[in-house]
Amino acid sequence: MSEEIFYKTAAELSDLLSEKKLTSVQITQAVINRTKAVDNQVHAFLSFDEKDALEQASASDARREKGEPLSDLDGIPIALKDVISHKGQPLSASSKMLKDYISPYDATSTRKLKEAGAVVWGRLNLDEFAMGSSTENSAFDQTCNPWNLECVPGGSSGGSAAAVAAGESPLTLGSDTGGSIRQPASLCGVVGMKPTYGMVSRYGLAAFASSLDQIGPFARTVEDAAMLLQTVSGHDPLDSTSVQVEVPNYRKELREKKGPWKLGIAKEYFAEGLDSEVKESVMKAVDFYKSMGCEIVNVSLPHTDLAVPVYYIIATAEASSNLSRYDGIRYSSRAKESEDGVDLYFKTRGEFFGPEVKRRIILGTYVLSSGYYDAYYLKAQKVRTLIRQDFLNAFEKVDAIITPTAPKPAFKSGEKSKDPISMYLSDIFTISTNLAGLPAISLPCGFSNTGLPIGLQLIGQAYQESNLLSIAHAFEQGHDYWKKTPILESFN
Amino acid sequence: MEYEAVIGLEVHVQLKTKSKMFTDAPCYYGADPNSLTNPVVLALPGALPVLNREAIKKTIQSGLLLDCEIAKISRWDRKNYFYPDSPKNYQITQAAQPLCVGGMVEIEMLGASRNTMGHHRKVQLNRIHLEEDVGKLTHYENDSIVDYNRAGTPLIEIVSEPDLYNEEEVFAYLTALRNLLVNADISDCDMEKGQLRCDANISVRKKGESRLGTKVEIKNLNTISGVKNGVAYEIQRQIDSLESGETITQETRRWNPEGGFTVSMRTKENAHDYRYFPDPDLMPVKIEDAWVQELKAALPESPFEKQRRYMEKLDLPYTITSVLTPDRELSQFFEDTIAIENKPKAVANWITNEVLRYLSEAGDFGSLSIKESKVLPEHIADLVKICEAGTISNQIAKDLFPEIIKTGKLASQIVKEKGLEQQSDSGEIEELCKKAIEETPKAVEEYKAGQEKAINAIKGKVMKATKGKANPKIIDQILRGLLD
Repeated sequence: MSEEIFYKTAAELSDLLSEKKLTSVQITQAVINRTKAVDNQVHAFLSFDEKDALEQASASDARREKGEPLSDLDGIPIALKDVISHKGQPLSASSKMLKDYISPYDATSTRKLKEAGAVVWGRLNLDEFAMGSSTENSAFDQTCNPWNLECVPGGSSGGSAAAVAAGESPLTLGSDTGGSIRQPASLCGVVGMKPTYGMVSRYGLAAFASSLDQIGPFARTVEDAAMLLQTVSGHDPLDSTSVQVEVPNYRKELREKKGPWKLGIAKEYFAEGLDSEVKESVMKAVDFYKSMGCEIVNVSLPHTDLAVPVYYIIATAEASSNLSRYDGIRYSSRAKESEDGVDLYFKTRGEFFGPEVKRRIILGTYVLSSGYYDAYYLKAQKVRTLIRQDFLNAFEKVDAIITPTAPKPAFKSGEKSKDPISMYLSDIFTISTNLAGLPAISLPCGFSNTGLPIGLQLIGQAYQESNLLSIAHAFEQGHDYWKKTPILESFN
Repeated sequence: MEYEAVIGLEVHVQLKTKSKMFTDAPCYYGADPNSLTNPVVLALPGALPVLNREAIKKTIQSGLLLDCEIAKISRWDRKNYFYPDSPKNYQITQAAQPLCVGGMVEIEMLGASRNTMGHHRKVQLNRIHLEEDVGKLTHYENDSIVDYNRAGTPLIEIVSEPDLYNEEEVFAYLTALRNLLVNADISDCDMEKGQLRCDANISVRKKGESRLGTKVEIKNLNTISGVKNGVAYEIQRQIDSLESGETITQETRRWNPEGGFTVSMRTKENAHDYRYFPDPDLMPVKIEDAWVQELKAALPESPFEKQRRYMEKLDLPYTITSVLTPDRELSQFFEDTIAIENKPKAVANWITNEVLRYLSEAGDFGSLSIKESKVLPEHIADLVKICEAGTISNQIAKDLFPEIIKTGKLASQIVKEKGLEQQSDSGEIEELCKKAIEETPKAVEEYKAGQEKAINAIKGKVMKATKGKANPKIIDQILRGLLD
C-alpha cells in the first residue's frame, strides 16, 4: 500500500474519510497537486477546474461534519472522459469541432455521482469522439503511458486510464464502444470495466455508436471499480435503451462470493498475433484459477474473426448519423467564410473533424447508402446475431470466459498511427463483447520484460456484473500487480 | 386525346400534445423563438430521445378512425439528410414498420346543389406513420435564422394510395381528413399555423390505360386553395407536355402560389439518399391489443356518421347538418340544447343562423368559437321554447339575442322584465288592422289584384304599431278575413 494519498484506493480513502483521518479537501488537493506535478508528462487531462473541485470537496466535508455523508464515495474525486457532460464544464470530445462548447446539462452518470457526493472534476483526454485505440487521435494533446512515456496509453479512454495509473485521480469514468475502457486499462495496468449494454445510462454521453457505447469505471482495484459502477448503474427514463433491472450491492457481493467458478477458454482468443508474454501471463492466471478449484472448460466462439469487420460496419454506420449534428449551425465550431448552407457544412466539417473521424463517417455513410445497405449493414447485423449466439452457447457451460484484453502490451507512439488496420486489430479481443452487449472487465495480470503492464479480460453473462467482479476480485486478492505504480519524476 | 390524372397525397398533421415527440419540452404555437427547446430538441452532444406515449395514442386513434390495421410492433428509423432546420440532421421516423397500415378516408364530392348531399367514396390509404417535425427557417438577404420551437413536434404522415383523380377530390379528401381529425381532438389542423401540410404526387395517363404515368411530386401546397390550384395546374401542365409530344420527367416541383405555377426543385438524379436505418437509440414499440380495443371503444362519432344520424333520426335538412357536423363544439352545443328543449329543427335553425352570425361578428381574429363565447345551450333552449309557445315572435327573439349575450340572462326573464309578451288579443289587433288597411290603399289594391306579397306591407304597418309584439299568425288571419 502506498503512503501517498494520491495512490490510495477509493475504498481506503472512503475509510479514512469516515474515520475523520482525512478530509475531502485534503484528498482533492493532493490529487490536484499530483496532477499539476505529473500531467505535464502524462497529459491525461485536457482541463480541470480546481476551484470548483475544492468547493465540492468543502461541501462534502461539511456533510461529513454533520454526520450526513451521501455515500461511500462522498468526497472522493472522480474525473470524467471528455465525452460525458458535466454542467458548466467544457465537453470537447477531443475534437476541434467542440473546442469552445460548454455543456449546459449533466449526464445521468454525472448527476448520480453528484448525488453520491463525489467530487466530479477534470476533463480527460481521448481519441477524437472516442474513435481510436491510442489516444493519438486527440486534436489537442497526446496522452502518454505512465509506465513508459514513449508508449501510448491505449484508447480511446487513454486519459481516463493514464490518470488512474499516474495517481491523478483514484477513480475515473470512460466509455467503451469496442474496447475503449478495457484496452487502455490493460495498457496502463489498471482495472477497467464495460458493463452490460443498458446498465449505465448513456444520457449525456456524446454518442459514437449508440448500440455499442457504454460508460464504465476505471480504478486501481476491482473493489473500487465495483463502488463506482454501483453509483452510476441503474435504469434511467431519459435513455430508452437503459434496462430495468435491480442493481445488486456489488461491493458487498464481491466479498461474499468465493467461487469456485466454471471458467471458459476460447482458442480463438489465443491465435496468431498474440504476444508470447501476454499469452504466458494469461495462462498463469488460468492456472491460478485452477489452483483455487475452478473448473476450466474449452469453449468455442467460432465467429470471432468476423467481429472486427462487423464492428467497423455497424459502429461507423451509427457514427456517420450520430455525428451529423456537428454542423456549425448551433453550438459547434463554424467555418469562417462560406458561400451558402451546403458550403458551410463542407467547410465546417472539413476543417474541424480529424482524419480518423472523417474516415469513419465516410465508411459509415457508404455502408448505409442505397444499394449497399443490404450487402453491408444488414449482413453485419445478421453476423452480430451469430456472435451473440456464440456467447450464449458458451455461457451454457461457463460463468465467465478468460481472454487477454489486448494482443500486445502498450506500443510506441506513432507506431500504428499510419496503419489504421493494425490499429483496429488492437481491439480484436474486446470488440465481440460490445457486439454481444456483454459485460467484461480488464485487470492487471503481469508485466512484460520491458516493464509494461499486461491485462487479463473476463467476459461475463449479461447483467452478471456481480459474478464478474467477484471472479476478478479473487484473482486480485491472490496477486499484487495492482500495487505496483509507475515511476514518474515530478518536475514541479 | 382524353387524359386522366392519378394523385396520391402525403399529408403531414401535427398532433396536439403537451410535449414534444421525443422529450418533455413543451409544444405549442406562438411562443418566443427558440424558447421551447432543451438538450434533446437542440441535439446537444449526449442528448437521447424517449417516446411520447400521448403521440402514439393519438396516432393509433387516427388509424382506428381511418380503418387502418394497427401494428403489433412498430419501429423507429433514422432518415439522414442535412438541413439547418433539422437539429440532428436526421429525422426520426417510421420507414419500415409504421404504426398504422392500410385504411381509407371517406370523402364527399360536391352535390348537384348546395342543398343536396354529394357522392361519397372511400379513398384507399397506404399507411400512417409517426415522426417529428423540423424547425422553421426564415431567409434574409445575407442570413437565415432558425427557430427550433417547432422542431420535435409530433407529426403523423398520412400517405394515400394513388387513388384520387382530380383537384376536387383532393379538396374533398383534405376537408374530410381535417374534419375527422379536428373532431377527434387529434390535431387542430390549422394550415396557416402549419398544423396540416400536404405534398401531392401527380401523374397523368391516357384514359383507359392501367399503367401509371411518370409521377411528379409537388411541394409547398400550404393552403387548401393552394392544394386545389396547385394540383389543377400541375395536371394541366403534364397534359400539355404530353400533348406537345414531350415526356414527363420524374422530379420534385414547388408550387408558387403568387405566380400560380410549379417550378422544378430537383430531378430523380439529384434525389436524396436518406440512408434509412433503425434508430439504435429507441426500442421497438409493442402495442398491446387491449389498449387498442380500449381506444377503439372510446372513439368519437365521425362527422359523416353524425351527419347521417342527424338527417335520418332528427330529420334535419342536409344543408343544416353540413354546417353543424364538421364542428364538434357546434354539434355538441346543438345536442346539449336539444337535450333541454327537444326541438331539433328550431334549435338547429337558431344555431346555424343567429348563433353563427353572432360568432363570426364577435371574434377579433376570425370567428369566435362557441366555447369562447358566452352563449349557453340554456339560452337557445329557452329562446326556442318561448318562440314555439308564442310568447314572443321570432323577430323579437332575434332582437333580444344581443342582450341575452351581453347580460347572460335568459330570454324569458328579459321578456318578463320588459313586458315584451306577444299580443294575441284579437280585438285590439283587429282595430289596428282596420287602421292599417285604411292607411295603405295601394297595397290593398295590389293584394286584391292577386299580388299575394303585397299583404306584407300591411302586416308591417300593424307590427310597427305594436312595436313588434303582435303575434304575426293572428295578424295574418285577421287581415285575410278583412280583405278576402
